[in-house]
Amino acid sequence: MRTLRFLLQKEFLQIFRNKIILRIIVVLPVMQLLILPLAADYEIKNIRISIVDHDRSAYSRQLINNIVASGYFSINDYSAAFEQSFEEFQKDHSDLILEIPARFEADIANQKGSEVLIALNAINGVKASVGSTYLSRIIGAFNADIRFRDLPQPRYPAVAAIEVVPQFWYNPLMKYRVFMVPGILVMLVTAMASFMCALNIVKEKEGGTIEQINVTPIRKYHFILAKLIPFWVIGMFVFTLGLLGVARLVYGIVPVGSLLTLYAFLAVYLVAMLGVGLIISTYSATQQQSMSLAFFFMMIFILMGGLFTPVDSMPEWAQWIARANPVAYFIEVVRLVVLKGSSFYDIRGHFLVITGMALFFNVWAVWNYRKTS
Amino acid sequence: MNREIVIQTERLSKHFGDFVAVNEISFEVYAGEIFGFLGANGAGKTTAMRMLCGLSIPTSGQARIAGYDVYKNTEDIKKNIGYMSQKFSLYEDLTLEENIRFFGGIYGMSSRQIKAKSDALVEKLGMENETKKLVGALPLGWKQKIAFSSAIFHDPKIVFLDEPTGGVDPITRRQFWDLIYEAADRGITVFVTTHYMDEAEYCNRLSMMVDGAIKALDSPANLKEQYRAASMDEVFYEMARGAQRKAD
Repeated sequence: MRTLRFLLQKEFLQIFRNKIILRIIVVLPVMQLLILPLAADYEIKNIRISIVDHDRSAYSRQLINNIVASGYFSINDYSAAFEQSFEEFQKDHSDLILEIPARFEADIANQKGSEVLIALNAINGVKASVGSTYLSRIIGAFNADIRFRDLPQPRYPAVAAIEVVPQFWYNPLMKYRVFMVPGILVMLVTAMASFMCALNIVKEKEGGTIEQINVTPIRKYHFILAKLIPFWVIGMFVFTLGLLGVARLVYGIVPVGSLLTLYAFLAVYLVAMLGVGLIISTYSATQQQSMSLAFFFMMIFILMGGLFTPVDSMPEWAQWIARANPVAYFIEVVRLVVLKGSSFYDIRGHFLVITGMALFFNVWAVWNYRKTS
Repeated sequence: MNREIVIQTERLSKHFGDFVAVNEISFEVYAGEIFGFLGANGAGKTTAMRMLCGLSIPTSGQARIAGYDVYKNTEDIKKNIGYMSQKFSLYEDLTLEENIRFFGGIYGMSSRQIKAKSDALVEKLGMENETKKLVGALPLGWKQKIAFSSAIFHDPKIVFLDEPTGGVDPITRRQFWDLIYEAADRGITVFVTTHYMDEAEYCNRLSMMVDGAIKALDSPANLKEQYRAASMDEVFYEMARGAQRKAD
């Protein structure tokens, strides 16, 4: 225990003496939490639209008004010929073309029905499909509106319409930020803890000080504990700063579930991720190697962790990888506890898995760290 | 000199695949002795030394360090030795005092012992004004003196020095050797590798390693007589000439 005390004292002295590390711990998470959620937003706005209006009637103007008023579209050009708009489309000045036929108003008034054409630039598939969905919805609403207002009501509705009224729970305004911020926080804590821990040990290898440690009676687990504890503390700090600081003050996200549940999971999760950092450090001889390795794993962990895309929609084999990915568990737990208010009992399965992973990674790391060769 | 044996090796070898880095070396080192371990680059000195320190497990042969077996009792060996490698191995982002406190602490010294000894040490080294400076900011010669002092701070039975004086001026080297003599007077056995033949002359006994094997082992005076050489330089050339291995 005395040995551990001296080791810890040394580690904390070194960390707090390193001005850059201190800045990384405090400034980086705040910056990233302020910037990243803005980028990781699936809400699509500013869809540039070209409108070809062959009708130029009160109805067509009203439809165009409705499109602009929705706030999702900005009109790029308004023309009377499809070719003219198509040229804009080809130059990538507009994302979609809406063509309103001649006799649009007249056909509707005569109850003949009318067709509008939507041409989409599908290079950005998300934008195209979201754009067409928005547009269809606006046109549908317009349709219902004029039918109700201007056309004679049939005595008996021809088809009983089933209207679906969705109710959104846990994130009622469907704000992506509310969904993304907790996930990004996980990513930050993960990257920081495991990268810093791996680099710290490899730095001792490069500098030759680890050799000095290896010829002393320091035990393997003392050395490893002394490396784990400081970064565990830092991980806890960064998470707290992000959750109770930025997420609460800037995004107004107040965890619905219990903080105790969240921190209990975080505590074990950090041990698991630090174990990953340790494993990386035992396999690398230089900081460059450990950086490359850590980066490789971090990409997989994050992209396959359900941060940006739901794990459920991955192919079967990819879901198996996600199941071995500690980050996926934590992202899920954070979202469940923070947004949905899940209790410890609800996440007990996740907790068991992460405990297993923490044990597995650390036993592996200790086993692979050798004082003698 | 008393003849208590503190290092004893018997046909000690280390192979890396097909490469025989150390080939059946047998020798003894006595307590309080300054034992020079000479050889060209790549002759196998560092590998041999790493085995004696418990950093590397031998492929075959026997060795006992301070009475402990190099296969079974590596952790006991580590309690009884000090080690200073050619790479400067203090923490550059800690101060002199913090480094010493750390190394003293992990060898189980009490805080009071550490404080008393480190004050005495700072005074002896004349570094009273440098105690608050980070070690990384000190000149190389000073760092080496501090590294040596921290290697013997816990009063080990044996201290292993792997080319401790590389890259410093002759005056600093001379001062460094004063520290070595002082340690030997206190009864610490000094096991040192070097490339400086003037330093070789300071040793009580020398061994010469060529191609992983020990070619000669005697006092500097006897070696010179044996090879009819005026200086250790000549002895070294005479022996290293026969080497098959390329220096790395």
